[in-house]
Amino acid sequence: MEIAFVIEKFIFITVIFALSLLVAMYSTLAERKIAAFLQDRVGPNRAGPGGMFQPLADGVKMFLKEEIIPTQSNKFLFIAGPSLAILTACIGSAVIPWGQDIQLFGRTIALQATDINVGILYIFGVVSLGVYGIMIGGWASNNKFSLMGAIRAASQNISYEIPMGLSIIALLLVTNSLSLKDIVEQQHGFQWNVFYQPLGFLIFLVCAFAETNRTPFDLPECETELVGGYHTEYSSMKLGFFLFAEYINMFVSSAVMATLYFGGYNYPGMDFMNSLLGPTFGPLLGMGVLFIKIFAFIFFFMWVRWTIPRFRYDQLMNLGWKVLIPLAIANIVITGLVVAFVNGF
Amino acid sequence: MESLSNRKKVLEQKPMNFWERMYLPAIFKGMAITFRHMFKPKETIFYPEVEREFSENWRGMHSLKRDEEGRERCTACGLCALSCPAEAITMVAAERKKGEEALYREEKYAATYEINMLRCIFCGLCEEACPKEAIYLDGPIVPADYLRKDFIYGKDKLVEKPLTELIKQ
Repeated sequence: MEIAFVIEKFIFITVIFALSLLVAMYSTLAERKIAAFLQDRVGPNRAGPGGMFQPLADGVKMFLKEEIIPTQSNKFLFIAGPSLAILTACIGSAVIPWGQDIQLFGRTIALQATDINVGILYIFGVVSLGVYGIMIGGWASNNKFSLMGAIRAASQNISYEIPMGLSIIALLLVTNSLSLKDIVEQQHGFQWNVFYQPLGFLIFLVCAFAETNRTPFDLPECETELVGGYHTEYSSMKLGFFLFAEYINMFVSSAVMATLYFGGYNYPGMDFMNSLLGPTFGPLLGMGVLFIKIFAFIFFFMWVRWTIPRFRYDQLMNLGWKVLIPLAIANIVITGLVVAFVNGF
Repeated sequence: MESLSNRKKVLEQKPMNFWERMYLPAIFKGMAITFRHMFKPKETIFYPEVEREFSENWRGMHSLKRDEEGRERCTACGLCALSCPAEAITMVAAERKKGEEALYREEKYAATYEINMLRCIFCGLCEEACPKEAIYLDGPIVPADYLRKDFIYGKDKLVEKPLTELIKQ
């Protein structure tokens, strides 16, 4: 392994890391702005032009707040909870291919931190780790509301991981690969997986909402019943970590959905644009297209949040176990039959 | 029991059919509604720069009025204090001396007149009770302050400015 490769990867990972933090930061502003627009309001507009510096102001506020650790709490786990939440949120983006190989300074650089051949499984592993942060934080708070929120988070994530995994199995039957890079390359030329797996995409989308604890599945932090849910006892930047982790998760799951189902960095007329722009700016344009897709998904997340009321807990479980899992299994069977038929048994 | 207004409707609680149990049509309907709201004109009023117009019968801060010659109308009869349901008004009466005819309209006037703005409920009964048309709740919103004692407004804040000063401004 040459030294230039290490430097190249280091810079790339730093850029992606900073980028996902930046996107998450401005997601908080976008959330408030979109909420305002959907409710005929204007939203934050005092800090900087159009409220551009509002996330900075929010961050400064979070840092300056008093840090309270309840005396009866388990201090180590109380701090470990939000740290784990934000850690797992941040490492999810490692396997996402951001663009085609790019020619920079006479080198060919892969726009992906690492192309492991079990990319999807890695993402699943990271996503299911995410619930530990919430669980540990809620349990360590030694507060009934926090514990209730943590229990809800755990059961909800377990219930929705199953249909999510099953919808992915149907996708794998089509793609024959677990590597995200391969899956994206297969969708080249407007062969997006969403056209082959519309039901699978719908199930994945619903489960992504549940996994990121977004409305209508935000029962773990259900304000009307549980005060603040798992982060009732948290204050200062530890609360900020929990809230921020949600936005990073949203960014990563948007990226995963765009990659798996909407062609990643592919767009119609890509070959023509690449021949026009050359090997440096062509991939960059692809990366821009991927980001447009991601932002569209993030907008969709927020749009849904400010439209749909929260599910009741039994409705949530009914939807997960009695609707989504049978649907996902039916999807696998149908996909399997069609694939077998097309390949001539 | 027979209903009086005949407007009562008995709603039938039907179990949801398959289409409704899918939730998706209702979700798309709702999302279309919220999306349309994105492009509607905003209701926001940018407060410090733009102030919202009050209705004509808005009751704000009190002011003690003067008559056409700039004399205080209040005679300290105490009817406002008596009518006040929140007991926010107190006053001390005094007799008009010789040479003060230009200041006070009647022989008796209020030497001190205080309204506790934290007690006041802005019901407007004082202005209804006043026989001399001396008190009106026609001012702005009572501003915020830090100390309780600063919310007890005396004559310095309540009495209308003399006509000459208003002209100067």
